[in-house]
Amino acid sequence: MSSHDYSMANAGTFGARFARCIIYGLLIFFAMVYLMPLFVALVTSFKTLDEIRLGNLMTLPSNWTLDSWKAAWGTACIGIECNGISPYFFNSLKMTVPAVILSTVIGALNGYVLTKWRFKGDNWLYGIILFGCFVPYQVVLYPMATVLGQMGLAASTTGLILVHTVYGVCFSTMYFRNYYIAFPNELISAAKIDGARFFRIFWSVLLPCSGPIIVVSIIWQFTNIWNDFLFGASFNSGDAAPITVALNNLVNSSTGVKEYNIHMAAAVLAALPTLLVYIVAGRYFVRGLMAGSVKG
Amino acid sequence: MNVKPYSRDRLLSKRSKTKREAVRGGGLQAFFQEWLPKLVLSPTLAVTAVFVYGFILWTGYVSVSKSRMIPNYEFAGLDQYERLFNSPRWAQALDNLAVFGILYILVCILVGLALAVLLDQKIRGERILRPIFLYPMALSFIVTGTAWKWMLNPGLGIEKLMHDLGFENFQFDWIIDSDMAIYTIILAGVWQASGFVMAMFLAGLRGIDQDQVKAASIDGASMPRIYWNIILPQLRPMFMTAFVILAHMAIKSYDLVIAMTGGGPGFATELPATFMYTHTFTRNQLGVGAASAMIMLFTVAAVIVPYLYSELKGEKRV
Repeated sequence: MSSHDYSMANAGTFGARFARCIIYGLLIFFAMVYLMPLFVALVTSFKTLDEIRLGNLMTLPSNWTLDSWKAAWGTACIGIECNGISPYFFNSLKMTVPAVILSTVIGALNGYVLTKWRFKGDNWLYGIILFGCFVPYQVVLYPMATVLGQMGLAASTTGLILVHTVYGVCFSTMYFRNYYIAFPNELISAAKIDGARFFRIFWSVLLPCSGPIIVVSIIWQFTNIWNDFLFGASFNSGDAAPITVALNNLVNSSTGVKEYNIHMAAAVLAALPTLLVYIVAGRYFVRGLMAGSVKG
Repeated sequence: MNVKPYSRDRLLSKRSKTKREAVRGGGLQAFFQEWLPKLVLSPTLAVTAVFVYGFILWTGYVSVSKSRMIPNYEFAGLDQYERLFNSPRWAQALDNLAVFGILYILVCILVGLALAVLLDQKIRGERILRPIFLYPMALSFIVTGTAWKWMLNPGLGIEKLMHDLGFENFQFDWIIDSDMAIYTIILAGVWQASGFVMAMFLAGLRGIDQDQVKAASIDGASMPRIYWNIILPQLRPMFMTAFVILAHMAIKSYDLVIAMTGGGPGFATELPATFMYTHTFTRNQLGVGAASAMIMLFTVAAVIVPYLYSELKGEKRV
């Protein structure tokens, strides 16, 4: 029997080389399929409407134009307002940044308490918080809408910051807890003996080692909150709506000619921040994904 | 580990000694220090108690009340659930969820596993390919759904492309065909989530004991056999996790449907999440909406609670 290397990396036979061709072929095929929607959206956004009607998905624009990008950003009509998606882009930014900071800070402190100041029943409390990550939000939509209305926060960015912080904290708590649980308790004890107290230990012992998990938490929260549609559509579909809601309104408005090029440009603009974060720090995105599904 | 910040504390030991004495001395300060951790945790617990569990009870209460257009908290037993399960639209939503859920989970796991196994063959360019399979997960489906809808548009999308390529009779109008529309949702859903399954399986594959694999290959076992008999069984926890995460994503799917079909044509792609939304916010059927939300919660809980329980339980033994 010829000995097959498990990875087939250095098998020089014809069969093995053929198998490698197939593997690369499949991977490249899949990669093209995965990239297609992004490619199509980009290409279409640079075309004129006439060219869209004449050509097809894959044809490149014969003369590249930025008109639809300008329109999507500044003049496209959403509802009765014709200011493009830029106001909503900033709504999303105003909503996302505070919610990310708040949920990350609170999650870090929670994770610290749950791993380094353990008390009876803490694991149960953690489980109770953790379940909040998985609750179908449909079950809180109506009460939340009522409460936000009574607090005078309906259709406001502040209301959405509150909502995203509340439901984001369970995720950030999970990240920090799973990270801090591996942090040596001896260092905490030593610091305690030296007289450091609760916040001092957190600040001087844990925090300097928390860089990676802070990045994971920020990226993951940013992505989730920026991409949220359900809360935005339920509580805030007016002038202060986040960009996902505005994009949906733009794309699904039934009046007039469908300006696909503008829709695509608006979609790419709405995706830009998270796409950028993903390109710059994708490594941490994967870590967050894993931490959210596999313990430790 | 970086211990520098802590050793700086040691230099301050003179000051901290007096602090320690204060703690030992008892009194308000010590009491405060003992309760501080719990105090820090308590806002989250309070907020969770109200905004998660309190709201669940609230919705649960609405679901057994007489509420229709406006909340009416008179007890009505299971009337709303009866109305819910007598609604053909809800029956359709459950049917669709069954088809969508099963195929979505199955195909995601198959595609994710296939990609992970392919990428695990010491591939040059893995660092470029991996992020390509995973980026859909970082984007909002409201965004990518716009692109998908466009590609699936029979007049302008893939159908047109195939016609232009010379396949005159090629037909691909699933998105407007009420029998096939649900499959376009599955297609786009798999495109979005399979990269996540791939990343998880890839992490699992990298953790496999290579000695066993080498021993098997020296014994002359073929590649497929090695995967089937040695490697895949070791990935069992990953299958479990993938199933749980995908199942709960399937039940919650909302953006996906809104961006692609809005639940149509007719109710062909209605799912519980879209049903709940329209009944609560646009059709003024608060009670039925609440009942559907509770059914969603029970379904998710049936999948998630045993999983979380075993995860946290298993952790203790370590």
